[in-house]
Amino acid sequence: MTTIETASTAITLHQCAKTFVNGTRALEPVNLKVTAGETVVLLGPSGCGKTTLLRLIAGLDEPDQGGRVLFNDEPVTNLPIEKRNVGMVFQSYALFPNMTVRDNVAYGLAVRKISVANIGVRVDEMLEMMHIQDLADRRIDQLSGGQRQRVALARAIAVRPRVLLLDEPLTALDALLRDRLRVEIDELLRHLGITAIYVTHDQAEAMALGDRIVVMSKGQIAQIGTPQEIYFQPANDFVADFIGTVNRVPVAALSSRINGVKNEVMFRPQDVDIVTDGEAHLSGCVAAAFFLGDRTRFVLDVAGSGQVIVESLCRASQVVGSQVSLRIRPEGLISLAQAEHRS
Amino acid sequence: MKHRNLFWLQLAFTLLVCAFLIVPVVLSVLAGVTENFFIGLRSGLTLRWIGEVWSLYAETIYLSLLIAVACLAVTLVIGVPAAYVLARKEGRIARVIEEIIVLPVAVPGLAIALALIIVYGGFRDFRTSWAFILVGHVLYTLPFMVRSVLAVLSIINFRELEEGAASLGATFWQRFFTVVLPNAKPGILAGSLMVLTLSVGEFNLTWMLHTPMTKTLPVGLADSYASMRLEIASAYTLVFFIMIVPLLVAMQWLSRDRRARTVAQEQPLPTSRTFSQ
Amino acid sequence: MDRRDYPQLIIMILPAAIVFTAFFLVPMARLVIVGGSGEEHWAAYASIITKPRHLESMVATLALSIGVTVAALTVATVSGLFLVRNRFPGREILLSMLTFPLAFPGVVIGFLVIMLAGRQGLIGEVSKLLSGDKIVFAYSMAGLFTGYLYFSIPRVILTIMAAAEKLDPALEEAARSLGASPWRVVRDVILPALKPGLIASGAICFATSMGAFGTAFTLATNIDVLPMTIYTEFTLGVNLAGAASLSIILGLVTWAALFIARSLSGATVSASG
Repeated sequence: MTTIETASTAITLHQCAKTFVNGTRALEPVNLKVTAGETVVLLGPSGCGKTTLLRLIAGLDEPDQGGRVLFNDEPVTNLPIEKRNVGMVFQSYALFPNMTVRDNVAYGLAVRKISVANIGVRVDEMLEMMHIQDLADRRIDQLSGGQRQRVALARAIAVRPRVLLLDEPLTALDALLRDRLRVEIDELLRHLGITAIYVTHDQAEAMALGDRIVVMSKGQIAQIGTPQEIYFQPANDFVADFIGTVNRVPVAALSSRINGVKNEVMFRPQDVDIVTDGEAHLSGCVAAAFFLGDRTRFVLDVAGSGQVIVESLCRASQVVGSQVSLRIRPEGLISLAQAEHRS
Repeated sequence: MKHRNLFWLQLAFTLLVCAFLIVPVVLSVLAGVTENFFIGLRSGLTLRWIGEVWSLYAETIYLSLLIAVACLAVTLVIGVPAAYVLARKEGRIARVIEEIIVLPVAVPGLAIALALIIVYGGFRDFRTSWAFILVGHVLYTLPFMVRSVLAVLSIINFRELEEGAASLGATFWQRFFTVVLPNAKPGILAGSLMVLTLSVGEFNLTWMLHTPMTKTLPVGLADSYASMRLEIASAYTLVFFIMIVPLLVAMQWLSRDRRARTVAQEQPLPTSRTFSQ
Repeated sequence: MDRRDYPQLIIMILPAAIVFTAFFLVPMARLVIVGGSGEEHWAAYASIITKPRHLESMVATLALSIGVTVAALTVATVSGLFLVRNRFPGREILLSMLTFPLAFPGVVIGFLVIMLAGRQGLIGEVSKLLSGDKIVFAYSMAGLFTGYLYFSIPRVILTIMAAAEKLDPALEEAARSLGASPWRVVRDVILPALKPGLIASGAICFATSMGAFGTAFTLATNIDVLPMTIYTEFTLGVNLAGAASLSIILGLVTWAALFIARSLSGATVSASG
């Protein structure tokens, strides 16, 4: 349900690569299709090319020869950002220190020469939507991090952009604020129904916000999929290791066979059950245990395998040094055999 | 305690240095308002020397002010955009251009004046107008304006602000005038004060470039030191102080204000390191 | 975004470029040529070594500049460190007084030296009262030295203070915890840390002294510093080529000193004017 009539835009990238003037190859040729109204998260460690990709979509940088960017079916490769009508939220917000909050939010509208009366109405609407009405006349340096974040968002969407681009918007905030704002952003994106590209290195954020996630590494796309697909069906080693924790146990260390597993079995820490009797797949000695409140994590020394990390919801605590036997749930088995990524 | 002694010793030393710098100024100010310097204060205070200075040298004061303001206008118009370009294009070429712009400060005023006379001395109208002096002043003060603006631009992340404005649809010129310039104001202000101060006090270049019809204040001062009685020379110097002290105070206040406001960053002090003497 | 902005960037730097080329680069180039166009042609550039008067002038100027630089650095370091490390009522006023003469032109400073040490100067009167002999040194090397010191101290003190503010107190505390006396702390910790700042401001001081004209002009001494020599060659000797060649040499020396200053202190000095 959208109350803001933004013409939802699909984005297509075709063979977009980026080499910088000093020779660094930030992005290998990449293809990506984003459907209108979708929230796609670009996730990866620093240096993986996610910000570069975002900037190509924004129009702040141009792709190398041969790359094309399309909004719906319209080629925008040669359009500078000023003409693409995108909304962008920068990592350090880029709020104009020489203007008040109101003037910042109004800026894009003023540039488009909208009448002063209409600007006023729109700005008030935006301030209300982001719950910052009483900050309207403050100067930027008087605002806290969370407040600046909201102003940056208000400013970006005030112009009714076709696409909303967010470059690590929550990275500069402390953990508590981040959690709260993540929820607000999620609600906002849903409410607006706008196509959004969100860059982050935080997996929790990616999983929470993305309709689809694009996991990137070293300038290439490692996998594209829904959060569940990425988590439960990683396409390759990088994704498996980068997303969450994954245990790898060579078959030789298993106490009983598991069908279909050849060299090693991969599973997530929470996809095991502690068994006291019956068939266990592996067992080991508790090396350390951490009570985390909602779950207990413990580290097992498994002969022939190194350490295995287990997370358990059960209230019984595990004593360090005791022997524990585990059974891997069949749905928790991860195989890298080809989850195709859909682009 | 050793530390206390050290403190007082250093304080005494510093006071001595201050005295060295301030006492002559005080003397000169007094001489300018005393009836007769040789008799001293007993001869009474008077403003007549200042009056004489005015009748003799009023045009020099006007001309210095005129040139200073004109110099400011020119350096603003050509220097601020140039600083922006240098801040945008960070590369070896920008560094080289910066070095070149600083040359007129490194090269002695005499040399620059000579060079100007050699090339442009032939154009009579130009040579005998105050515009000739203005050219010298602009060359000398431009680096200070450029550096001052460049310093501020390198501290504020103006590129990101520009990208923000561009993402909202602003064109190049819109971005420059609504976002870059307003945020470069502290640098522009500091640079302006410096340009005014430098221009009012400039001698080396001006002495060579001047003609009897285009005398500035420092040139007049040199004249009076050579040919006038001490009281008039002092009074004239006093007038100069009156003109320049407000500018200096404003510059010091500005630098202290900025130092107080920023916390961790490198604060450029708006002092000119190479006023030539 | 960059490449597309090129046309506007060129427009923005064009006025400065034109003014600069027309009024500085071209004339300076001509100056270099004129310097070599006199009777001795390009040998004129070696006159700094070949003509006794020029050589004397250069030596005097160098000696004076180096002497003033050392003195100014010493004074500024002592006072600068003191002011940075101690807060007491009146500190701000002292600081203002120390930096106040920053904008005085050389002529005025020459005049102030005369007020201090000239024939009717303060020092003369006081010394006459005390010892019967009037001490007058304004018109000698000592007077020049005093004048040069006068305009150097404010400059150097500001740079030193800026550098001193960035010193890490932890290093000194570590030295003291290891038993170093205050003097050793200064010698082994503070001075080395200040070295870049000292060299940078020293180079600036040197360059300014080399090129100083107004002070020597007012003091009208027998000692000819290089700028005065240049001036007299031009006005009295009508030796344009000689004046030009000397100017270029002086320019090169001061430019080199400033270059050293900028490269040692990095972007801060160059960016802050």
